[in-house]
Amino acid sequence: MYTTSTLSAGAPAGRPWLRYAAPQAFFPLAGKAIPWLLGAALLLAACGLYLGLLAAPPDRAQGDAYRIIFVHVPAAWLSMLIYLAMAFWAAIGLVFNTRLSSMMASALAPSGALFTFLALWTGALWGRPTWGAWWVWDARLTSELLLLFLYLGFMALQAALDDPRRADRAGALLALAGVVNVPVIYFSVQWWNTLHQGASLSSRGASMAPIMLQAMLVMTMALWAYAIAAVLQRLRSIVLKRERHTAWVQAYLKEKQHDLG
Amino acid sequence: MLRVGWQVLRRDLLLALRRRADLASTLAFFVLVCALFPFGVGPEAGLLRTIAPGVLWVAALLASTLALSRLFAHDHADGTLEQLALSGTPLPVIVLGKVAAHWLVVGLPLVLLAPILALQFGLSADEALPLALSLLLGTPALSLVGALGAALTLGARGGGILLSLLVLPLSVPVLIFGVGAAAGDAGEAGSTAIASLLLLGGLLGGALALAPWASASALRIALE
Repeated sequence: MYTTSTLSAGAPAGRPWLRYAAPQAFFPLAGKAIPWLLGAALLLAACGLYLGLLAAPPDRAQGDAYRIIFVHVPAAWLSMLIYLAMAFWAAIGLVFNTRLSSMMASALAPSGALFTFLALWTGALWGRPTWGAWWVWDARLTSELLLLFLYLGFMALQAALDDPRRADRAGALLALAGVVNVPVIYFSVQWWNTLHQGASLSSRGASMAPIMLQAMLVMTMALWAYAIAAVLQRLRSIVLKRERHTAWVQAYLKEKQHDLG
Repeated sequence: MLRVGWQVLRRDLLLALRRRADLASTLAFFVLVCALFPFGVGPEAGLLRTIAPGVLWVAALLASTLALSRLFAHDHADGTLEQLALSGTPLPVIVLGKVAAHWLVVGLPLVLLAPILALQFGLSADEALPLALSLLLGTPALSLVGALGAALTLGARGGGILLSLLVLPLSVPVLIFGVGAAAGDAGEAGSTAIASLLLLGGLLGGALALAPWASASALRIALE
């Protein structure tokens, strides 16, 4: 059934990157990348927090309360981006029947849910001093909340199906249905009610001071680096769990055991 | 090909008629949920009139979602579903037949019952009509979206709750435009109600075009 297992032996000529579609080849690569990504995340977060909390001036209207934007906006961006990435890998897994893509989709979901929750939470903290309410039933808040439920539904469906192959494919279909629905949900909710301030970044340029923008972009990169590291780490555990019957995982585990003494 | 879809529809209707208790319990659930709201928010007539479209819509959404777990489960348990999937007829046609039967058994009675409940909430006949019309357009869309959830959760652990978790977020657009079409007319903005009704029809068309195919592939995943 699993066609990719033949790829681990040798990639087709001219497309060496396909080699990494095999869990066996990707596993050590991910392991090597994680420390670098975590280091980058820490460094970038330190820079971003310095720029955002110390270097950037207070906002004329909101004072210091606006500073949560440096976590809130990157988290909100990432929450939507991860859903797209999850649906993309799920679709690749569904179409090409590659194991690693489906595992990637499963690994992305918890991080996506985490950032969605973070965006909602920081949004509540920001809303209290500026709007005077922890929560308002505004279009963007509500669609972010629904996004959280889409992530939770994806994870619950995969957890409820015992056969991992069926869980992969059913989850992929659900993620794709979600992607079709996300614009519909977004615009319907916007139709329903809107209060949220307009987007700070648009194609016409940013409506904020350059240093604030720099801080926000640095924080975005920091959260990206963290998210990729966390997803790769989760992917490694999923690979080990799913491939535990294969020879290379057995050998890897034996080696680990040996290292631990 | 359409004949098979028609036969599936006829068969499912017949099966539903033989099990009238299922149908009755769904309707009783709908009425009961609506009746709980006055206890929850108090019997003040003005407030009840305001919340009536929303209450009826949410209750209809919950009732139709609860009934969804029966859509494929019986046929899956006794092997009929596999036989249907093995037949030469495209699976989306069969899904469409089953969804149509499900709507006739669950959705249509809700639509017919809604105006009576609307009168109970103090809406006039003029206001109850758009509400029923919005449900008439909205409930088939709910059944179509729900069929995907029912197919995905076939044989999964924690069926009912999981099904609701999957289907309810995807049903939000239908709910928004449905209530918009039902409530807008009660207030001043009649044009908003018309626009909502048109958008609801658009959602129904979109669901009709996509959901049977998606549900059919979900069934294939469940059956392999």
